[in-house]
Amino acid sequence: MLVLEDVHTHYGKIEALHGVSVEVKKGEIVSLIGANGAGKTTLLMTVCGNPQATSGRIILQGRDITREPTATIMRSGISIVPEGRRVFSGLTVEENLHMGGFFNTKAEIRKSQDHVYELFPRLKEREHQRAGTMSGGEQQMLAIGRALMSKPNMIILDEPSLGLAPLVIKQIFEIIGHLREEGITVFLVEQNAHQALNLADRGYVLETGKIRLHDTGKNLLANPDVQNAYLGG
Amino acid sequence: MAAHNLKHALFCAIVTLIVAYPILGFNLVSSGTDIILEGATTQTVISVLLAAVVVFLFQLFRDNIMALLGKAPALNPLANRQPMEQSKRLKLESTILTLIIIGALFWPFFVSRGSVDLATLVLIYIMLALGLNVVVGLAGLLDLGYVAFYAVGAYTFALLSQYYGVSFWFALPIGALLAALFGLVLGFPVLRLRGDYLAIVTLGFGEIIRILLNNMTSLTGGPNGIGGIPDPTLFGMEFGRRVKEEGNTSFHETFGIAYSSEHKIIFLYLIALVLAVFTALVIRRLMRMPVGRAWEALREDEIAARSLGLSRTSVKLSAFTIGAFFAGFAGTVFASKQGFISPESFVFLESAIVLAIVVLGGMGSQLGVILAAIAVTILPELAREFSEYRMLIFGAAMVLMMVWRPQGLMPMRRIHIELEKQE
Repeated sequence: MLVLEDVHTHYGKIEALHGVSVEVKKGEIVSLIGANGAGKTTLLMTVCGNPQATSGRIILQGRDITREPTATIMRSGISIVPEGRRVFSGLTVEENLHMGGFFNTKAEIRKSQDHVYELFPRLKEREHQRAGTMSGGEQQMLAIGRALMSKPNMIILDEPSLGLAPLVIKQIFEIIGHLREEGITVFLVEQNAHQALNLADRGYVLETGKIRLHDTGKNLLANPDVQNAYLGG
Repeated sequence: MAAHNLKHALFCAIVTLIVAYPILGFNLVSSGTDIILEGATTQTVISVLLAAVVVFLFQLFRDNIMALLGKAPALNPLANRQPMEQSKRLKLESTILTLIIIGALFWPFFVSRGSVDLATLVLIYIMLALGLNVVVGLAGLLDLGYVAFYAVGAYTFALLSQYYGVSFWFALPIGALLAALFGLVLGFPVLRLRGDYLAIVTLGFGEIIRILLNNMTSLTGGPNGIGGIPDPTLFGMEFGRRVKEEGNTSFHETFGIAYSSEHKIIFLYLIALVLAVFTALVIRRLMRMPVGRAWEALREDEIAARSLGLSRTSVKLSAFTIGAFFAGFAGTVFASKQGFISPESFVFLESAIVLAIVVLGGMGSQLGVILAAIAVTILPELAREFSEYRMLIFGAAMVLMMVWRPQGLMPMRRIHIELEKQE
């Protein structure tokens, strides 16, 4: 589905990713964990083409997207839920969802909208409410719903648990699990290592711009190094 | 008692003294070849002191006064009303707008020549403000050099008519398209910029255009400007007393009515009215189309908009280009109305005034922007009897406006786009 081969990314002269290779197979949930500043978000942004990788290759569904502009990549069956949700706060829930299906026909939008409301009944209740007036958890649901509107094959989530209450985090992770059942490939980037690895088929540990470890989610959870560094011993 | 306000009140009173005394007190009097600075008269000193005392007392008892005011029953009968339903509101709005337009069509035949002339200027400002509203209000790109596109439109017409004898009706689309092209060209370097940086670059662009026009003396006549710009014609009929161009007829002879210089003024007004209505309708339509939503999305959150696959380049460029297009329109009409243009007409202050109109009207709201354009253009004219204090009144009105209604005269109400219900 998504393959990163020896990807290097620079911010100006500073190299943030030192040759990262990651593979996400179809139908999997893959978690990427790492501390602050390890380069998790940089990795995601590189996939989206902003900034572009300075060397290496990124292949999405068999197509090399390394040099493609962000707008093209984001219309190729991939969706991202950006860090910090970033819903359009002045727009209503419904309008936010419609923005997610910007390049689809009205009939498609209507269908995906019904589907999103099925997944998140809460959003249906708040259909005409301004997104900015909702709670963090609801906004996160909306951000995920908006990303689903374009009917992606793969969805990338950047820190979906950021700033949310434990109960809400649990709900969000349940929904992510549900997405896999629908056949959507999930690439999850998290600081909340325990839950992210628990859910994941496979996991990667990123440290200062390099992949340190790579294993199944269960094995990583059991790994003493990971436990020490990310799971609080 | 308001002891805690004492320091603040004293400070305010002193500021009043410092500001008011030199402005009102000092007088420059010319005596022969010299200019003498005269001190304040006793009367002025007393009134300045009185003003300071009033400011001091008001600031001292500010809390009490405000509390009393708060207790007063709401004077605004509209304050507590419920917001109207969208369908109802839209219907009401379009009815009112149609009535206003019909009124505006017949109005010039009953008023003085001066008012019609002023109204034409108002309409030109409405076009400018509606165009800038796309860039600033909808797309959220702060453009301080908007007057450049206005200048491009005006100079296109002036130069084309001077060198090639092109008439108003041909120059109108050419001027607008050329301005749009300039908008596109300016758009490229500023794509990556946001906020303050964008404002500075566009400000620079506005100045570049003005200085170019000022210095390309051989082509544009420099500071001398270009005169003799022809008036628009109506199907080959001219509005002058005598026909200037061969093949044309004159309006008053064709219709067998007495010549009146007012015909031309009214005709120009009607052209400006039609173009302003056209501008408003086109932009209103654009706002409801996907591109309009894309502008808003980009303004609200650039990262989110891009994550949905919107191209930052095309969305920003489209806003710049469309905004510039209508400025070109306004410029062509302006050149035709004035008959003479020079770089003097396209200084930064013009950009600032148009921007002020957009902000006062309520960013993104078309009706608000139109009302603000009327107010901002007419207010200085109405205040003319206050002569030297007229800009002071204008400034004070703006400050008060921003204090009481920071969201503008008529804040933008978003039009909800609903999918038709499934059968």
